[in-house]
Amino acid sequence: MPDPRLALLIFFVLVALAAAVLWPARGILARLRRISRLTERVRMEDVLKQLYKLEYDRLPATTESVAGGVQIPQSQAVRLLQRLEEKRLVTGAAARFRLTDAGRAQALHIVRTHRLWEKFLADRTGTAPEEWHEQAEEREHLISVSEADALAAALGHPVYDPHGDPIPTAGGEMPARSGVPLTSLEPGERGLITHLEDEPEEIYRELVGLELGLMAPVERLKGEAGRVHFRTGERRYEVSSALARNITVEPSTEVADPGWSRTLADVPPGESATVAAISPVCRGPARRRLLDLGVVPGTVVHARMRSAAGDPVAYDIRGAVIALRREQAVHILVSGIPVGGRAS
Amino acid sequence: MRAAARSARPAGRGHQRARNLVRLGLSPHRWDHLIALAGNPNVGKTTVFNALTGLRQHTGNWPGKTVVRAEGAFLHDGRRVKVVDLPGTYSLHAGSADEEVARDFVLFGQPDVTVVVVDAMRLERNLNLVLQILEITDRVVVCLNLVDEARRHGITVDANGLERELGVPVVPTVARRNEGIDALLRAATDVATGARRNQPHRIGSQPAAVEEAVDAIEPLVAAEFPELSNARWVALRLLNADERVTEAVRSGEIGRLVGNGAPVALSGSMRGAPERSGEADSEGVLKGTSAADARGDIPKGRARILQAATRHRWTLRPGFHDALAENLYHEAARIAEASVRRGSAGAGASLDRGLDRWLTSRVFGFPLMLGVLAVVFWLTIAGANVPSAMLATLLIDNLHPALLSFGESAGMPWWMSGFLFDGVYLATAWVVSVMLPPMAIFFPLFTLLEDFGYLPRVAFNLDSLFRRAGAHGKQALTMSMGFGCNAAGVVATRVIDSPRERLIAVITNNFSLCNGRWPTQILIATIFIGALVPPHLAGVVSAGAVVGIAVLGIAFMFLTSWGLSRTVLKGEATTFSLELPPYRPPRVLQTLYTSVIDRTLIILWRAVLFAVPAGAVIWLLSNIDVGGATLAAHGIGFLNPFGLLLGLNGVILLAYVIAIPANEIVIPTVLMLTVLSLGTPELGAGAGVMFESESMGEMEGLLRAGGWTLLTGVNLMLFSLLHNPCSTTIYTIYKETRSRRWTALSALLPLVMGFVVCFLVAQVWRLVGG
Repeated sequence: MPDPRLALLIFFVLVALAAAVLWPARGILARLRRISRLTERVRMEDVLKQLYKLEYDRLPATTESVAGGVQIPQSQAVRLLQRLEEKRLVTGAAARFRLTDAGRAQALHIVRTHRLWEKFLADRTGTAPEEWHEQAEEREHLISVSEADALAAALGHPVYDPHGDPIPTAGGEMPARSGVPLTSLEPGERGLITHLEDEPEEIYRELVGLELGLMAPVERLKGEAGRVHFRTGERRYEVSSALARNITVEPSTEVADPGWSRTLADVPPGESATVAAISPVCRGPARRRLLDLGVVPGTVVHARMRSAAGDPVAYDIRGAVIALRREQAVHILVSGIPVGGRAS
Repeated sequence: MRAAARSARPAGRGHQRARNLVRLGLSPHRWDHLIALAGNPNVGKTTVFNALTGLRQHTGNWPGKTVVRAEGAFLHDGRRVKVVDLPGTYSLHAGSADEEVARDFVLFGQPDVTVVVVDAMRLERNLNLVLQILEITDRVVVCLNLVDEARRHGITVDANGLERELGVPVVPTVARRNEGIDALLRAATDVATGARRNQPHRIGSQPAAVEEAVDAIEPLVAAEFPELSNARWVALRLLNADERVTEAVRSGEIGRLVGNGAPVALSGSMRGAPERSGEADSEGVLKGTSAADARGDIPKGRARILQAATRHRWTLRPGFHDALAENLYHEAARIAEASVRRGSAGAGASLDRGLDRWLTSRVFGFPLMLGVLAVVFWLTIAGANVPSAMLATLLIDNLHPALLSFGESAGMPWWMSGFLFDGVYLATAWVVSVMLPPMAIFFPLFTLLEDFGYLPRVAFNLDSLFRRAGAHGKQALTMSMGFGCNAAGVVATRVIDSPRERLIAVITNNFSLCNGRWPTQILIATIFIGALVPPHLAGVVSAGAVVGIAVLGIAFMFLTSWGLSRTVLKGEATTFSLELPPYRPPRVLQTLYTSVIDRTLIILWRAVLFAVPAGAVIWLLSNIDVGGATLAAHGIGFLNPFGLLLGLNGVILLAYVIAIPANEIVIPTVLMLTVLSLGTPELGAGAGVMFESESMGEMEGLLRAGGWTLLTGVNLMLFSLLHNPCSTTIYTIYKETRSRRWTALSALLPLVMGFVVCFLVAQVWRLVGG
């Protein structure tokens, strides 16, 4: 029988070692995987993607803009661009780089795969929005063209990724970007959010924190210079104009103000309200389930009772009694009690 | 004209359908009519199914990607009718696996008639599904079920008015009392034989942008497939990028599928009739399509359709699916408004509200729940004792010696009767006598509570607790079910319709101390823990220790759920919703029948299947000598150092390895192996013969002689809680998840936890106790 002190010591050392190796994101294994993933090929693909983005946004492709976009030192960018030129994927003249047809095709594949993965993570999994971009950055280098086609088919050939970026078709067709930055709306003007920038990460995290969603109607409000005030429904926001430039809207005079005043979570048991919209933040299977249960604009919902623990709350929805958690109810935007409305 | 177009390729359709049905998991047996049963969850679909088939269903089925939930067959007017029970779904948008199965069956299985069961009380929500099915097929009969319940709640539905609105037969029924089932069957037969042609209601207009796109594609579809009765629906599905429909357009199959199919030729090949004149014709059709596919150049018309769909998809906003759902519900609301009459809320509504006020009350909710569960467990434990003892007397004390003497008189060699009767038979008898009685009491009681509508309220009350652990409130139910049997608990997780939460419930079910493990706990607690206190307290203290282990199991369940939802299962999709059905008077006899058949016998059968080889292995290990010692002795010697490190011993570990099929036989195996390793055969019943002693003292003496201490007892109790599930449960987990990864995780996770906990307890024990 070993000495228990010794046995325990060995055990804890083993546990500590296992943790050091296997710990998600910070463990040795995760670090090794990250390093081995960043191969030359991945770097070159990232450069191609950056060149494509610059081309799409009609910006000049210089060594600086490439290095800045991929976040690598300029010397490395120069070397990678040379290798790409040797492979005839890029041509360069007068410090301006352009994609060749072959290079553009490869870049499009990466862009397409990235956006497909983001769509997949958003709609088919419970991955948090902050992680979509990062995970897609990894996965975009891992699959072939035919695998990307299969992924697109499985997702129902989506047209936009969750940030509102168009997903190129297998043939490489992609519409030009439409819409204007939120900053160019005049106070009082309305529009629909069509795109939320996903790079760089700091900006993206801030945008996720605002819980805005695609196709949400917005109205620019009056405010002091340097800040942008706007609202969607009754929710008011104040952000820096630097951040607001990353929100793209399509100006529209037809955007009706749905008159949201509160969410279903604010409706106390015994009262009724009419559904105005499901927040765009609630998406994928969770959103489909709510729609299937009959939570659509115009549905009268009656809050029936709280559970013994306070949450969830049971609602009369289209004749059925459905319990929803508070975290779901806050995504259902409602307007006040309808005149002559009847619950159940 | 329609009929002519169809009869041109009768056998081709039959062939196609036969192939589709096999692909969908249906055996191509002979029948004359195929009825598909669709509906929302919780509308009494299974009751209708049972009423139709007279409970003659074939229940050896498990849900999965391609498998239909249940099928049954019966004779009606000399015709063989086959009924297929589809998974209950809220819609057919093919968003979840269940929806995909249901949609594929209605579309590609081409049932002669689809019976949609709807709940008269929640007509609006149910009509959403009816309208979607009417888009796919004309051959629909609506079964307006639960009209009695609706009446109790002051709701009457005008079936004739609804029939006029929908354009398909609507038959009011009370399936649980068999009312209206004959009329339903007549209506279904009329539609199936074509005696009645439906003019189903179709959604008129869609939102403007969608309408524009559909208008552009529909004429192309109609031109390519003139026999199609619903080109608009196909156009809409193409815009939705529905992969199966797109594929069916590409192959041309769609032209033979959608719409009011001809009844005569459809089931020709299914009846097993020789393919008479149609043979050449059908071959031609099939060759035509496959050849086109192989060349990869699909006919121009079809290519044009697909291109148009892709082009127009770009013009639609991302919120297009929402708009479709909204549209469906507006139509459903309009139809419901026209055909539902609400009186003053009936007695049922106020009774429901009254019951809910008590059962979900902040003050009484939890005490009431604990009381009900305590009564269920008490009834199970107290009630199972007598039949368990009777079965044991019959199977083990009487039949076993009788079999042995029969073997002797028949001149069997000792090894044969030992292998068959001491090994195989005894293990099986042990499992049956310990397992059957508690399950036969527990499951019906549980099903009665479920039927009454109480269990969903329990889930409702406990949800906030489970939410914090990242799980679903319904896990409270599957967990309770696990106290009866983990395999049954795993099957029960089907009620959780959110993928991530369901996996959590499956993986953590093993932390519920199942009834196969209670006897171990009680025995060891009595011998080792009861002995610590004065005799008059022994009973209370050892019972307290067992309850303590069960509570520890619940704590581990929450902890593991929490950990899983934040690590490996972080990315799984989650869709919470919990429907609270109205209270229903439970049907005692039917519940008894179905829960005994459905749950008890199936589980028992599986356990027996696994126990038979285990019995054989146990006997062989104890009787085959290698190098002067039995295999079992070698195994014990090999495992002993590791066992002692964990505060257990080699006997216990070997018993858990070879008794993996059922926890019930762990203690008999431990006792037998202890005797074997002590080399005192006069104490036991013979090598490889499992036994249990009548006297506690005798067993205690035996175990203490085997080197057992209080630590061994405590750690065995812990290890009995924290180890891999029995093989029946592992197999069930595989069947339910269809994933080796999740099965391996659910088997290994508790085992590793058991090793760690036992190890730590042993070391600390030795450290403190010197």
